[in-house]
Amino acid sequence: MASFKPVKVQTIPKLGERVTEDTLYWKNYKAPVQIKEFAAVTKIEFSPLPPHNYVVTASTRIQVYGPHSLEPVRTFTRFHDAAYGGSFRGDGKLLVAGSEEGLIRLFDTGGRVALRQFTGHSKAVHVTSFLSDGYRVLSGSDDLSSRVWDVASGTELNSYTEHTDYIRAAAASKLNPDLYVTGSYDHTVKLFDVRVGGSVMTMQHGHPVESVLLYPSEALLVSTGGRYVKVWDLLKGGQQLVSLKNHHKTVTCACLSTTDNKLLTGSLDRHVKVYNSSYKVVHNFDYATSILSLAVAPDDKVIAVGMTNGVLSVRHRKHTEEKQEVLGKRRRNPAYRVFIKGKNYVPKQDDFLVSKTVKQHLQKHDRQLKCFQVSKALDTALEVSICIWRRFHKPEVTVAVMTELNRRGTLKNALAGRDEQSLTTLLNFLIKYVCAHSHIHAREMTHEYINSNIIFILCISLNVILGDSNKLMRLLQRLMELLGREAELQQELLQVLGILDTLFASLTPRKEVTGPAVPPIMQGSQLQAA
Amino acid sequence: MVEESGIRVVRCGGNKISFRAPIISKDSRYEFLLCASGDLVKVFSTSTEECVHVLEGHTGQVTGVILNPTNHLQVYSCSADGTIRLWDFIDGILIKFFLAVSKSVFVSPENFQLVALHLPKVPEQEVEAREMSAVLCNISSNPGSTAMGRGGEYVASVMGRQLTVYFFKKLKTYRFSLKATDKKGAKNAFTCVACHPKDDCIATGHEDGKIRLWRNFNQKKEYTYSTQHWHHDAVGTLCFTTEGMHLLSGGVESVLVQWHCEEVNKKDFLPRLGGAISHICVSPDGQMYSTSHLDNKINIIHCSLKLSAVIQGLVKGNIWTDLMIDPRTRALVMNGRPGHLQFYSLQQDKQLYSLDIVQQEYINQEGLDQFEVMRAAFSVGGTWLATVEERGRCTSDLESSLKLWVYNEKAQSFELNTTITAAHQDRIMHMCFSPSTETTMLVTTAWDNQFKVWLLGLDSDTQKEHASWSCDYVGSYHGLQPTNCCFSSDGSLLAVSFKEVVTIWSSDTWELLTTLCQPPGPIRELCFGRLSCSKYLLGTTAKNLFCWNLLTCSLEWSTPMDVCLLRSDPLSENVVAFSLHSGNTDLFVFRPSEPRPLFTQKAVCGGKVQRCVFSPREEPLDSCDERFQWLNRSRLYFLTELMELLTFSTKAEDERILNSRKQLLVDDSVAVTPFYLLLGKHRQQQEEKQNSGVSQAADRVQPPQASVAIKELLHTPAHVLPAASFLCSMFVNSLLISNTGSRNLQEEKPFSFPLCSGTNGQICWLGM
Repeated sequence: MASFKPVKVQTIPKLGERVTEDTLYWKNYKAPVQIKEFAAVTKIEFSPLPPHNYVVTASTRIQVYGPHSLEPVRTFTRFHDAAYGGSFRGDGKLLVAGSEEGLIRLFDTGGRVALRQFTGHSKAVHVTSFLSDGYRVLSGSDDLSSRVWDVASGTELNSYTEHTDYIRAAAASKLNPDLYVTGSYDHTVKLFDVRVGGSVMTMQHGHPVESVLLYPSEALLVSTGGRYVKVWDLLKGGQQLVSLKNHHKTVTCACLSTTDNKLLTGSLDRHVKVYNSSYKVVHNFDYATSILSLAVAPDDKVIAVGMTNGVLSVRHRKHTEEKQEVLGKRRRNPAYRVFIKGKNYVPKQDDFLVSKTVKQHLQKHDRQLKCFQVSKALDTALEVSICIWRRFHKPEVTVAVMTELNRRGTLKNALAGRDEQSLTTLLNFLIKYVCAHSHIHAREMTHEYINSNIIFILCISLNVILGDSNKLMRLLQRLMELLGREAELQQELLQVLGILDTLFASLTPRKEVTGPAVPPIMQGSQLQAA
Repeated sequence: MVEESGIRVVRCGGNKISFRAPIISKDSRYEFLLCASGDLVKVFSTSTEECVHVLEGHTGQVTGVILNPTNHLQVYSCSADGTIRLWDFIDGILIKFFLAVSKSVFVSPENFQLVALHLPKVPEQEVEAREMSAVLCNISSNPGSTAMGRGGEYVASVMGRQLTVYFFKKLKTYRFSLKATDKKGAKNAFTCVACHPKDDCIATGHEDGKIRLWRNFNQKKEYTYSTQHWHHDAVGTLCFTTEGMHLLSGGVESVLVQWHCEEVNKKDFLPRLGGAISHICVSPDGQMYSTSHLDNKINIIHCSLKLSAVIQGLVKGNIWTDLMIDPRTRALVMNGRPGHLQFYSLQQDKQLYSLDIVQQEYINQEGLDQFEVMRAAFSVGGTWLATVEERGRCTSDLESSLKLWVYNEKAQSFELNTTITAAHQDRIMHMCFSPSTETTMLVTTAWDNQFKVWLLGLDSDTQKEHASWSCDYVGSYHGLQPTNCCFSSDGSLLAVSFKEVVTIWSSDTWELLTTLCQPPGPIRELCFGRLSCSKYLLGTTAKNLFCWNLLTCSLEWSTPMDVCLLRSDPLSENVVAFSLHSGNTDLFVFRPSEPRPLFTQKAVCGGKVQRCVFSPREEPLDSCDERFQWLNRSRLYFLTELMELLTFSTKAEDERILNSRKQLLVDDSVAVTPFYLLLGKHRQQQEEKQNSGVSQAADRVQPPQASVAIKELLHTPAHVLPAASFLCSMFVNSLLISNTGSRNLQEEKPFSFPLCSGTNGQICWLGM
């Protein structure tokens, strides 16, 4: 005896992005928390040490936030004009920032007053950073110079004016305290060696450089500027490895995630894109306005994004995995014995084995179809689709049941003897979904709908004539209208298809081939639907 | 001529086992089910579903089997060859042979008679039974419409709208007829009848699905009947259980309905058994039921309505797919149950398994348009299976889907990989896999004037190894309808026939390389040569057989011949062509390189050959005769118009089969029961002892108290022991001093006894 085969609900393959491990990883963030700053957030940086506080530079303030607090832990308001490039030292205890006035100030994260003040730049200092020994500070300024300062004495050690335009990006090497990279609006990225006393490498980015970034191995360098993100191989003497053009506006910031060193870039086009190791975009975050700064916490727990309208958006990673682990641990200890009970019993030679039959679980409409209660099955199926809870909203189930009834030749029976209300429900369902392109992604479904429903409509019209209800009549008219419009649309689409066909045919050099390789299912459904 | 050639056409299995009602019998250990299958009677074991014996001897279709009422280990079978045979089915030997009647009785097949045949008691093996008397005239040819009641007191038969009851003792006939139509226009005709074994009650089934229970039918006027109705279509068969507690009925719905005779409204159901139920039978002890289905299947059901075993033969319904050989199991693959593909082992004459393609509930209702598997194709290694299912063939709105199945090594079965709905806008006519090993490629041709190439795409992005099929190329040629497609043996060329034109495409670039045209008439079949003949392309039209050489792109040879089927052997260069010639089909075997055929046989079978397939042999034959060398590597199976599966068999092969055939014996190991544990071991020991040292006097004078078994027997609680009468003889025997001479006598006895047992006044059904 074969078991009852439930109605096959046709699932439509989701078009577009495919779900990969990366997508799942990057999707696993909570909804962003918005913190309003006074002006555009130009720089965000995470402290390398736990608890991974982050410093946010916006307007005249530099604020330090804790990883979970919405209120700043500490605020530095010593600047008279806009502050730029707030940056931690490697131990997270000191903080340096430049400003519009050309001053560079050094703070203790515990204190409030500036410990040091480096003067010497004649124009705004947009980038500051500690060198990896922690005793020197580098700065890049609009006066075309990049300088290195001594923290202990507060004096300027070196000054290089090799760039011919504003310096807006800099990155210090973590492995060598004497190396740092600067990017400038003169379209170049330069690698400086303090020991040599000048730049040792120059790379042509081709666009004003907005940010530079060194990979932890420091063999690769990322520069962003214009719509391009370029990766350079420093070990090969600054050879360009790859040039990415995935944003459609200037790429303003870039950072690396901790796991697998995935590259993230933020742009004025309001997107943050995540690249995999072969530099393909694997995920995309959308934001409300143009992005100026971006930072990822060292353990990927937090993604902080600063925008032009002064909003700091912070996303926290979901803790689901941990929770599950904890729960699993708590449950597993007693549960193991329960589950194993009787399972590991090996029957002896002369034991009589009685197997327990597994009960097949059926949906409600399947149970009704099994008993040939066609009318009830249709009711149940319609209930599913008009359910107010969106979670249980499954028009494809309704359609599947209708198709099944049609296949069984009992659609008429299921429709017979219905009152006005149930017919209204049915008609409303049809009106809603008869050309539901937007609701259900693929067009194939439409074909299915219409196909099964033509017979349907005929049946209903019979009923309506008998019922002679004004309300039903109106609904039916609306449905007819919709169908007419849909037919027109399909006709137009066919025309477009024809035009495209001729275009393709004229493009292909081969003479004999007549049909272009149009995705077949697409074409098929359109033709049939029309 | 056939004998001379040393080659003959033989039928290979696939006989209908549900043609007549089977019977269930039991010896001390095993239960057997006997059923008529072609001109054989097959004995199946109900527990293992294996065929344990084949009773061979009849020369015509076996039309009925019945147990010997006096010995449940013997069976009578009657056949269309006019003989009745008595068999011992445990050992599979013929005991008696009754030449029932002279052939002249069977002249008019329209008019069936029920005759009583007296089987004479004579010691000879071959007996001519002459004494017979007609009981009822003009009965239905269906044996289900005649039934014996209450230990043979009366016989009831239905025909049309009339029920006839004949009492043997009174020699009286009563006829009861129903009106032509009921009030609601129901069809009142009888379809089947069954008699209560203990009570005077007759159950009849009707075309409108009603069941009537007749009582008081031993008088003309005051008979009564009550009506039950559950079946929505005609009642196919009826059967009372042994004690008469229940009535079983079945029909097209394929639901076994168990009616309780006492409580009229109570019934139990066992649904979804398979095809329409054609026969139900009950074992003599009432423990087992069996239902025979039209799709060549017998279900064995426990009386608690639990399915216990399924015996499935070759399903021969409508066959739309080609005959195929599964490269893995070497099973024959074709349409099976509706919506399924069956994998049928040709060697074992047994269905291996049935693959559910449609995966939808089949509604057992006539006139319903349901999905059917129309095309199927295997890839070369058997890893991929492509199927096309269709619905709405008669109406305008065709629904079809192309499904691709991948073989899962772990699960040892095919799993659905990709479903493509509406792969083409019209019916798919033909499809084939590319034989090349690098790419997995499928080509489909359809009536929408296109052929499509499908490729297996591997996704490197995703972590999971999930490959699915997608369309790679759509081709057409001047808006003509493609009919056939065929890949060359290396997979580099694809030939697609468009009406009269054969187009050759390169499978790498999908460039049209050349066209071959040989009017008049559209191309019917297309086939590439293999191995050394791979440069040849064969094509057939209604009148001619063509062979093109693809190196020169010219016609090599052609011959006027109406070829209806063309197939190449995958293991050799040979190509087989069937040609219809004046009502008979002729067979030609040839190589594309030479137009002279290797082998021809006229009139292989009557009518048109529907399908054929080459099945590779497990071990090649080494036939030295040049004319039969084409049968060395593979075997040719073909399906005729009458749905008979035929094949060619050489003389050497026949002999080998005859020699190697061993009667399958029932496994002699005794079931391990507590009683066996007690006494069986002891007996074995004893036997061993007797065999080893019978002469040892010490053993013989062994005092009985020493026997451990008897001690055990005496110390076991009485309620766990079998009946005392059963144990008695054994017990006494064990106390006696054993003697070798007495054992021989015991063995002879069961053989001599049934031979002299009376078979008084047997009535056998001779409905043909």
